[in-house]
Amino acid sequence: MKELTFETLIAVWEEMFGRGLFWAMVVVAALITVAYLYVLIRDRSMSMRKFLLAQLSMPLGAIAAVLFVQKMTNSGFADIGGPVDVIVLLGVAAAGAVGIAILVYTAQALIKGPEAQDG
Amino acid sequence: MTSDQFLSTRRGFLGLAGGAALLAANVGPARAEKIATKARIVILGAGAAGTALANRLVDRLDGAEITIVDGRAQHWYQPGFTLIAAGLKPSDYSVSRTADWLPRGVTLVAEYAAEIDPEANMLTTAGGTKLPYDYLVTAPGLSLDWDAVEGFDLAMVGQNGIGAVYAGPDYAAKTWAAMDRFTSDGGKGVFFRPATEMKCAGAPLKYTFLTDDYARRKGNRDKIEIEYWNPSGALFGVPIVAEKVRMLFGDRGIGTQMKMVLKRIDPDKKVLTFEDADGIEHETDYDFTNVIPPMRAPEVIRQSGLSWADKWTDQGWVEVDKYTLRHNRYPNVFAVGDVAGVPKGKTAASVKWQVPVVEDHLVAQIAGDTTDTAYNGYTSCPLITRVGRAMLIEFDYDNNLTPSFPGVIAPLEELWISWLMKEVALKATYNAMLRGKA
Repeated sequence: MKELTFETLIAVWEEMFGRGLFWAMVVVAALITVAYLYVLIRDRSMSMRKFLLAQLSMPLGAIAAVLFVQKMTNSGFADIGGPVDVIVLLGVAAAGAVGIAILVYTAQALIKGPEAQDG
Repeated sequence: MTSDQFLSTRRGFLGLAGGAALLAANVGPARAEKIATKARIVILGAGAAGTALANRLVDRLDGAEITIVDGRAQHWYQPGFTLIAAGLKPSDYSVSRTADWLPRGVTLVAEYAAEIDPEANMLTTAGGTKLPYDYLVTAPGLSLDWDAVEGFDLAMVGQNGIGAVYAGPDYAAKTWAAMDRFTSDGGKGVFFRPATEMKCAGAPLKYTFLTDDYARRKGNRDKIEIEYWNPSGALFGVPIVAEKVRMLFGDRGIGTQMKMVLKRIDPDKKVLTFEDADGIEHETDYDFTNVIPPMRAPEVIRQSGLSWADKWTDQGWVEVDKYTLRHNRYPNVFAVGDVAGVPKGKTAASVKWQVPVVEDHLVAQIAGDTTDTAYNGYTSCPLITRVGRAMLIEFDYDNNLTPSFPGVIAPLEELWISWLMKEVALKATYNAMLRGKA
């Protein structure tokens, strides 16, 4: 890579997914994040009950993200060739885990509304 | 929570989000002011180099008359050919339309060039159109000299164990069909490369590795024998990479024959004939092969007087300074991409580094200025060693490894992350480059 600027990265992502899909995904990700922050501010606290379900979903998100990436790239666990590959794999898993946790938490909060004070 | 609190919180939050969006919109480097000029610039070739340069020049020049000459309606993403020939992508993966990548304000002359007269500053197309220029950038790519392989015809590709990955997307797909059959049926696979300079010198090696990998996946590796016949004494131009490839070939059970150049193919007898350094012929039978012909500058370049007179005389690459890519005898002529007569750099990644150099020198020259921008020979090759793994090899004129991610992605290790880059990020980066954005 000659110069890896933010602008280059955006251009590369646009080409990777197509401009429409990429920005649609950015908007969806932003909306979910906004909704998450919104329910946190609205409820003024984390609901541990909602968070529990969100946490339980994390392994699923992690596994799904890894399998998705492997499927899209015609590769598998046997292709892990060095430490950096393990880091990438864990990174993909972590992103999937955090993503689904936020999604599950937000969905519960939006559907069920704020919890009763006693939890 | 009261509705009052709720509203104020939401309004406050939306304000915050809006501010963040504004901030994001302002990100991005400031553009230098455009240079006003009436210069007539002719770019020969709308491949990776010509297209990327055209897109960058329109952002730098105001009023320039830029003409790009290319008779091919299709644009080919050539780094994808190996993936097509490995059955991982369909043949249209590499195909788009030349015209779709070109910016507004650039005139496309959809014809091949017939003649270049650098004394008269004139390019003439096959249709007879005369294009006078103030500056000429030659970027026509190279010619695959299929006729130089005796007994071979492109119509043979896909049958009787004959492949030709370089010939184009459709031929790459036919090569996959032949390789798929071979790795099921078994036999002897013979791979080689030409003795000339060539684009992506890693590609013949990749395809050898991929054939080995498919045979293993099918459980048929013991049914096939693989040999690589190499024209020089080293398997790769960069010594440290050549050693690594030698070790990997040993590991995979791939035999080698050194200093052997292909002369002819006999498709009926299934025999390949090579010639050694002493001119002695050696025959080998084969059940599968990937024919890669000698590569040369296009005929129009070789007839133009722009080629080196004392180097690569059988190939005709354009005589340019290897750091500035400016012609040694005609200072208003540049070469970029495969046609440039420089020791390395016949890959798309090299183009990405060469184009800004030519752009800077051309713009500086138009502005009556000079620049120190130089091309260091950067060449990159994600050397696939099996489906799912590659080595991200990057090097320069001096055979130094120049890793983009030192300490993170080891260049001589077979890694999944390097494969991910080839599979996912490379075409996107390439397309961004075509648009002048990378």
